[in-house]
Amino acid sequence: MKVYDMPDERGHFGPFGGVFVAETLVEALEELRLMYEKYRHDPEFLAEFAYDLKHFVGRPSPIYHAKRLSEKVGGAQIYLKREDLNHTGAHKINNTIGQALLAKRMGKPRVIAETGAGQHGVATATIAARLGLECVVYMGAEDVKRQAPNVFRMKLLGATVVPVESGSKTLKDALNEAMRDWVTNISNTFYIIGTVAGPHPYPMMVRDFQAVIGIEAKEQMQEMIGRQPDAVVACVGGGSNAMGIFYPYIDVEGVRLIGVEAGGHGLHTGQHAAPLTANSPIGVLHGNRTYLMQDEDGNIIETHSISAGLDYPGVGPEHAWLKDIKRAEYVAITDDEAMAAFHNLCRTEGIIPAMETSHALAHAEKLAKTMSPDQVILVNLSGRGDKDINTVARLANITL
Amino acid sequence: MSRIQSVFAELKAQGKKALIPYITAGDPNPDQTVPLMHALVASGADMIELGVPFSDPMADGPVIQRASERALVHKMGLRKVLEMVKTFRATNQTTPIILMGYANPIEAMGSEQFVTLAQASGVDGVLTVDYRPEECETFNGQLAKAEIDSIFLLSPTTEPSRTELIVKQATGFLYYVSLKGVTGAANLDIVEVKKRVAEIRNQTSLPIGVGFGVKDAATARDVATIADAVVVGSRMVLAVESSDANNLISNVQALMTELRTAIDSVNA
Repeated sequence: MKVYDMPDERGHFGPFGGVFVAETLVEALEELRLMYEKYRHDPEFLAEFAYDLKHFVGRPSPIYHAKRLSEKVGGAQIYLKREDLNHTGAHKINNTIGQALLAKRMGKPRVIAETGAGQHGVATATIAARLGLECVVYMGAEDVKRQAPNVFRMKLLGATVVPVESGSKTLKDALNEAMRDWVTNISNTFYIIGTVAGPHPYPMMVRDFQAVIGIEAKEQMQEMIGRQPDAVVACVGGGSNAMGIFYPYIDVEGVRLIGVEAGGHGLHTGQHAAPLTANSPIGVLHGNRTYLMQDEDGNIIETHSISAGLDYPGVGPEHAWLKDIKRAEYVAITDDEAMAAFHNLCRTEGIIPAMETSHALAHAEKLAKTMSPDQVILVNLSGRGDKDINTVARLANITL
Repeated sequence: MSRIQSVFAELKAQGKKALIPYITAGDPNPDQTVPLMHALVASGADMIELGVPFSDPMADGPVIQRASERALVHKMGLRKVLEMVKTFRATNQTTPIILMGYANPIEAMGSEQFVTLAQASGVDGVLTVDYRPEECETFNGQLAKAEIDSIFLLSPTTEPSRTELIVKQATGFLYYVSLKGVTGAANLDIVEVKKRVAEIRNQTSLPIGVGFGVKDAATARDVATIADAVVVGSRMVLAVESSDANNLISNVQALMTELRTAIDSVNA
């Protein structure tokens, strides 16, 4: 069997990925690529990373058999990879530690980040505080409103949060603004991208740092059930938690990999954030080539999702590639379906999941019903939902 | 010889430097773009850089971002920009037009169709901000076949080995970004620019334009002592932004006259 070995040395996943940036950023990316090449297999670097994952994050995160949920849904057994139990409450911290350790080795005293739901911003602010780095987080003005608790969290951690007023005032605009900061302050600044998008080497590097999720899961599943699951399900915005759990499974035969995009009000309404499921055209944004929600002039269109973390018009280039080679499948879950799954997990298992994660849960429920009780679905429970309680309350017309 | 090359050759013979104003197509209103282009020529533009509006202009500062947003309100897409160039060409066959924009609108149209339409409309050069030479070999070949110049950026951080690679693919002229940052950022450091431009000249005989930080007549004059062309973007767009329908042309022409005089005060 051919071993999966992507991307190529220029960061291409087939026709996707690459480096599409202004010349002003090229040298900085080249420096980063070389530094990452140097350290990605360096035992000392990897030991430091592993130490922090264990003692600062609390890894390995457990896998939990959601028996009551499985019973209630009927069909396959649902297991949860508990990334919500990580320090800061989501998978995002894995990657920020990796990149921050790299920043430290590169002698950069300042880190910047973009954030949607605020989880990546909090994770960046957290590791910046721990390492004594200056931290600036760009966040769409719309998201600043939607995610007030996380904004305050970042400030408590000593970060500066800059609301971005341009464009649609969401995640993609925060990314634009972070890029602009980086190009201006390139000599002292490291840009910690939070997802498997952006120019090479980011999609590969973020995947590698998140792959700890899938590496652990493979061992844990073997231990718990003596085999690997029949399907692995994860939500996909940019796609970092999904890539993290999918990647170690790519070469494992018989394991279906299913990415769940944000279907918003439904694909037919056009108000969604599901470029893969909706068969959006290929385009270039944020430094890479991928499937992209755009109008006929090639301008990026405004997306909609109940969850800020999935509200992104593109998707990581490796997901685009996995879709094309048919190694992974992609589906969409609407706002309403995600909300139902959110409440279901709260009530049956005593776990409040993030709104993003609820999309993966909703699809797992649908899928489980089509499978038999001896089959297993592993869901990446990418984050906890404390940050979303204001949104949920608002939907129920409750003032907290 | 392309229109861009002839303009540079002609200016060189006269001992003059090129003035290249930038405006965003469709800003503030699509009806005003072609008249504005003619007005730029009448007040001393040797070439025009015409910005193609894009929803996510990552390399641009707030001034040009706002211009894009104003143009996009009018659904100003690449197809319409090419129609404007065609209209302009009906009465002006000499002033080179350089399209400056981002890769995605071109990819959405399809690069082959874009090049065909650009050639038919009378476009002379294309600068695609986020296409570095390694990622656009096919597109570059298509442009060359249509005799449209490929303009590439060089930045203060571009290493000599990279400059070598870029100058091999570039035609028409090279665009040196005078500062680390987005368009319209802080003031440029003229001593540094002078040093870098001299280094680039060792590697190429192509004319060199300098832009990204030319904020006033004095800077334009300084840049003209070093470069073959002075590109004025954000400052020009600010003049558009601060004008209304009645004084748009006169305000832009007043700025152009000031810049032209400053640049011509330099003896090449």
